[in-house]
Amino acid sequence: MSLYIDIFITFFKIGLIGFGGGYAIIPIIESQVNLHQWLDVKQLTDIIAIAAMAPGPIAANSATVIGFKLAGIPGAAIACAGITLPSLLVILILGKLFIKFQEHMLVKATFYGLRATIIGTIVYAAIKFAISNGIIGGSNLIDIKSILLVLVSFVLLVKTKTNPVYLIIAAGFIGILVF
Amino acid sequence: MKNVNEREIDFKLLSDLFFTFFKLSPISFGGGFAMMPVLEAEIVYKKKWIDDKQIVDTFVLAQSAPGAIATNSAIFVGYQIAGVPGAIAAMMGMIIPTFVIVIVLALLFAFFQTNHYVLAALNGIRPVIVALIASAAYKMSKTSLIDKTCWIICLICVTVLLVCPDINIIVVILSGAFIGIAIMKVKKMFSTSVKTE
Repeated sequence: MSLYIDIFITFFKIGLIGFGGGYAIIPIIESQVNLHQWLDVKQLTDIIAIAAMAPGPIAANSATVIGFKLAGIPGAAIACAGITLPSLLVILILGKLFIKFQEHMLVKATFYGLRATIIGTIVYAAIKFAISNGIIGGSNLIDIKSILLVLVSFVLLVKTKTNPVYLIIAAGFIGILVF
Repeated sequence: MKNVNEREIDFKLLSDLFFTFFKLSPISFGGGFAMMPVLEAEIVYKKKWIDDKQIVDTFVLAQSAPGAIATNSAIFVGYQIAGVPGAIAAMMGMIIPTFVIVIVLALLFAFFQTNHYVLAALNGIRPVIVALIASAAYKMSKTSLIDKTCWIICLICVTVLLVCPDINIIVVILSGAFIGIAIMKVKKMFSTSVKTE
């Protein structure tokens, strides 16, 4: 029972602070999962892969898989509810107010700074995931095959409209061939 | 727009809301931004539930409120059409299909994760996940890091996190809000032009 409560509170907290949605929430999930020693970064990377291959929000999907891994279907439902409920509450309580005050200087200044730190945390997450998966900083300092995959995927994602799902599937086949 | 305080709950409208998002949800690969045009076509032009001014407000709010952009959009659209019950109906419609799909994928993964080929495939996939995270930062930086000050805040944030990995990330994120307000006040004091987007 206490695990269920723990899962709910943790993901509720993540949902409440998860400005920017999607990958912006990954660094917060990483820090919380690490804090509870639920998963290591490598396991989390695999979970994000599953979340990214399914349709729907990447953060809620990740929460669902983590909950599932920790406590089966009930865990999955609790984690998914936990990460989604703050959105519902915030929008119902502050939605109309925000629409009215979105042009207010104070609101704009808040998001001006908030966006900068959020991007900072995402950059940090990318670096941390690269290190924890042995892509950089491992025994060879740089794993050539992996870093090539990172660079090629990055360029494809940024410069073309490559669907991440296809990219993940293609990388899976490349993995079978070269690793 | 319906009166949100209306006593009687319109179950037909609620089920319509639920199934509209239920249908949209499984095709929403790539999350929030990818589904905006589809959502707009369905809600504004086909169902005529809200007008194009309201959909813009919806997307702005969906990006500013915490949580997934797609789910946030569903919640606020539902709320505007049918109050709190509408918000819940739309949200459930959005969540349930992807919840089931992701559970099936997780089950498959749990079953095959010791397979030799799956392990090799994961070695290829993990770098792509790093690239996905990095590309999210890159894409957001295009619209959000609008001046040198933003870049400096962002760089300091990365440095702090790398140097003290035990620091509370929530504190780091929220400090951005205070820094933003402080910078605005300082700029106002020197009455330089204030640009925040």
